Amino acid sequence: MTIDARGATAVAIADKVRAGTWLARDVVEHYLDRIARLDGALGCYLLVDADGARRRADAVDAVRKAGRDPGALAGVPLGIKDIFCTRGVETTCASAILRGFKPPYESTATARLAAAGGVMLGKLNMDEFAMGSSNENSSVKPVRNPWSVAHVPGGSSGGSAASVAASLCAGSIGTDTGGSIRQPAALCGVVGVKPTYGLVSRYGVIAFASSLDHPGPFGRTVEDAAALLEAMAGPDPLDATSIPQPVGAYREAARAGRTGATPLAGVRLGVPDEYFQAGMDPEVEAAVRAALDELARAGAKLVKVSLPNTKYAIATYYLICTAEASSNLARYDGVKYGHRAAGVSSLEDLYTKTRGEGFGAEPKRRIMLGAYVLRAGYYEAYYGKALRARRKLADDFSAAFAACDAIVTPTSPVPAFKFGERMGDPLQMYLADVLTVAPNLAGVPAVSQPCGFTKSGLPIGLQTIGPTLGEEICFRVASAYEARTDWHTRRPPEAS
Amino acid sequence: MTDYEVVIGLEVHVQLATRSKIFSWSSAAFGAEPNTATDPVCLGLPGALPVLNQAVVDAAVRLGLAVGSKIRQRCRFARKHYFYPDLPKGFQISQFDEPICEGGTVRFRLRGEPREVRLVRIHLEEDAGKNIHADSSKSLVDLNRAGVPLCEIVSEPEVRSADEAAEYVRAIRTMVRYLGIGDGNMEEGSLRCDANVSLRPRGTTTLGTKTEIKNMNSFKNVRDAIEHEVKRQAAVLDGGGRIVQETRLWDPGRGVTQAMRSKEQAHDYRYFPEPDLPPVVVSDAALAALRSSLPELPEDRFVRYTGPLGLSQQDAGVLVAEREIAAYFDAVIAAGAPAKRAANWVINDVLARVGDARGLGAADLSVPPAALAELCRLVDDGTLSGKLAKDVFGRMWSERRTAADIVATEGLAQVSDGGELEDICRRIVAEHPAEAARFKESPKLMGFFVGQIMKATGGKGNPKTINEILRRLLA
Repeated sequence: MTIDARGATAVAIADKVRAGTWLARDVVEHYLDRIARLDGALGCYLLVDADGARRRADAVDAVRKAGRDPGALAGVPLGIKDIFCTRGVETTCASAILRGFKPPYESTATARLAAAGGVMLGKLNMDEFAMGSSNENSSVKPVRNPWSVAHVPGGSSGGSAASVAASLCAGSIGTDTGGSIRQPAALCGVVGVKPTYGLVSRYGVIAFASSLDHPGPFGRTVEDAAALLEAMAGPDPLDATSIPQPVGAYREAARAGRTGATPLAGVRLGVPDEYFQAGMDPEVEAAVRAALDELARAGAKLVKVSLPNTKYAIATYYLICTAEASSNLARYDGVKYGHRAAGVSSLEDLYTKTRGEGFGAEPKRRIMLGAYVLRAGYYEAYYGKALRARRKLADDFSAAFAACDAIVTPTSPVPAFKFGERMGDPLQMYLADVLTVAPNLAGVPAVSQPCGFTKSGLPIGLQTIGPTLGEEICFRVASAYEARTDWHTRRPPEAS
Repeated sequence: MTDYEVVIGLEVHVQLATRSKIFSWSSAAFGAEPNTATDPVCLGLPGALPVLNQAVVDAAVRLGLAVGSKIRQRCRFARKHYFYPDLPKGFQISQFDEPICEGGTVRFRLRGEPREVRLVRIHLEEDAGKNIHADSSKSLVDLNRAGVPLCEIVSEPEVRSADEAAEYVRAIRTMVRYLGIGDGNMEEGSLRCDANVSLRPRGTTTLGTKTEIKNMNSFKNVRDAIEHEVKRQAAVLDGGGRIVQETRLWDPGRGVTQAMRSKEQAHDYRYFPEPDLPPVVVSDAALAALRSSLPELPEDRFVRYTGPLGLSQQDAGVLVAEREIAAYFDAVIAAGAPAKRAANWVINDVLARVGDARGLGAADLSVPPAALAELCRLVDDGTLSGKLAKDVFGRMWSERRTAADIVATEGLAQVSDGGELEDICRRIVAEHPAEAARFKESPKLMGFFVGQIMKATGGKGNPKTINEILRRLLA
């Protein structure tokens, strides 16, 4: 009974634990050992809850021994982005302002993963309040890309992507506000899913930009991600924006993509010119073009589609996300929880010192931008206009999906960049989101998966975008591609 | 001294008496231990999300329908931002450009005269918590009230006096209680009122600079505070000064309004649509159902009581003041009692005994409406004298017995039999020859004789019959 984290997928672990071949406890010990040995160099985890993980694993084993089904994710060791509230376990969003905050309640997403038998190992590093594309904005430490520790893992869910890539968990969850799942998934060579807005409850997910925040899973394979999504998704009475729709058959869709010689026969895949623009790394473009050819060989018909308002996506996104962020981050005031400045002389002093000390540069920048966007008399010029542009972007997708079943694009125009390379220029950093923000604005689902490597060995990501609640077609396409390639089987180098 | 016209606009906040809060599940009831009626949502914990309590929407729509507002069948909540320790999220979820009700008219009486004040809007929002300043070194925050549902009712600047303002607020309280959507208790803060007050020379139409008066937690405070503010503004204007637009707090102890520090007022609330809540939709069917759930409203009842039922304005005013009184009264007359007699009983006897008039809505009353109607009937048909009826009512109330039972078992039925009374009258007249002789020049002595005869009959003699007999005997 040798447990091999580098070889085993999440669904394989669950199968073995359910069958009693492996003990969840042994699986967890194996992963805890790997974290202890390897995470020092990577910085994926902000907190390892070893005792809690052992307890949860033992509980899974006990259920199995009692003859009951411990669930679809039985014994699967999971990493949880530190943006999900976990009862009694410190949750900080990698921000100094929330240091020491132990939520008295559990997020719906993590509660559902646990109910399916998933075992949380700990809380994963991220850009502070999910603001960033490189994980350099963590107030604690950066996450390093397992494929090259000189490179960033992407962000904001950098810990979630890197931990899966480095097999420091078998699956993880993160949040995607403008690309924060897909871009790090692409840069770390794993699968990341941003579901339809409202498919996964946001209850207990610390808000950055409420109308754009999408919780979603990471997996080593498409089916792993699909299995996690199946467990997390579904209507939640605690989130008024959750969609009252039953959960789709995502794993089945992933399996369908692996079935037969031309699993995509009859599927029309849209290729938008607007997503293949100047500035794209030639190695990325070549890998994605090759992936399109592969998808065609799997039976898909490639069609040209147009998303003409793409050029407004970044501006629209930053108006809306900063406005909502300035509002959502108002609650961190030193009164109720988290950091409180010492030696204050007045209420105003308490607010300014607490927030001045507690927030890092990027949240401060976005709070100020958002407050500016929302100030009286300028609403129409900025926020109102952004809402109209957002509708146009959503209309672009509706029109495109009249002509195709899914859209295939690169996830990031560039592979992982080096630490410090973009920190001096926030605008350049914001452009890292150029290919990922539009699906957030439109609320449509998108999957990123590995589709090659640069000559220097950095992963490249392929994005499949579906229509609203079109997770199944995304999984089918991604899985068909995965079945025909072996990028997902490669592992980053590991210090032994 | 210029003759000024007073211009007052009122903002009334009504707490809606729902079981749970507007956006979360903890209790909205008043009076729990500090910070125990809370949950992650109303505490503003990271990641907690609001979910709208449908009962709150229903209450606001019913209020809007009752005052004739236009109901916005699709509306949004908005976030209103400011920092204060009693506001856990750093913003209040309120409504801004899409209030659930627009327009409408509050109808009420000012010294018997009908008055109408039009409304700008009614919108929904969450209440904030409460700061408690324990001592100079620290402040405490109680978040039980955070998230309690509020209706804000904004009037046009059409109120013209402090008295009218107080009556307007009272009318809103009555309406809220009629609809059963709140208790309108100003002392407990479940009904709060801010007044925007300005003056202008009578005959002019431009509005003067206004001040906003806060902290008026009783009808008397509303009247006194506005009265004081009107005098203050008049004195400033008469002295050639300018009114500063500011918020002023009423200090009921000292009887003055005082300016708040201007720093506390300089707000840009940065409103934007609440992204965590989908738009509120009130379907045509829901609207119709809520409309048909409305009770007869106070002013309609007043008109019915003073018109077809012929009650005085004063009596009608007392009866309509609480829905439970009016319902009790209606039940008494429905059981056959004449309106005027029933009104007298309800106002003079029932209300004197019941502590809180709203207790009349209880199922288990010691004198249910039908029992009072029976008492009225016994008086009307001469079985019971008016004087004895008062005692009988007292025993009905304390002993939970019916009037007929008390009359029968205690032998209280009025003696109206002419023959029996005539004998007693003859005897009394014979026993008092001096008074009988003086009766012609001193008719006041009738009272003396009636008194003696009532004494002899144990109060049961029918005074009308006794009068007739005596007049004949003493003529």
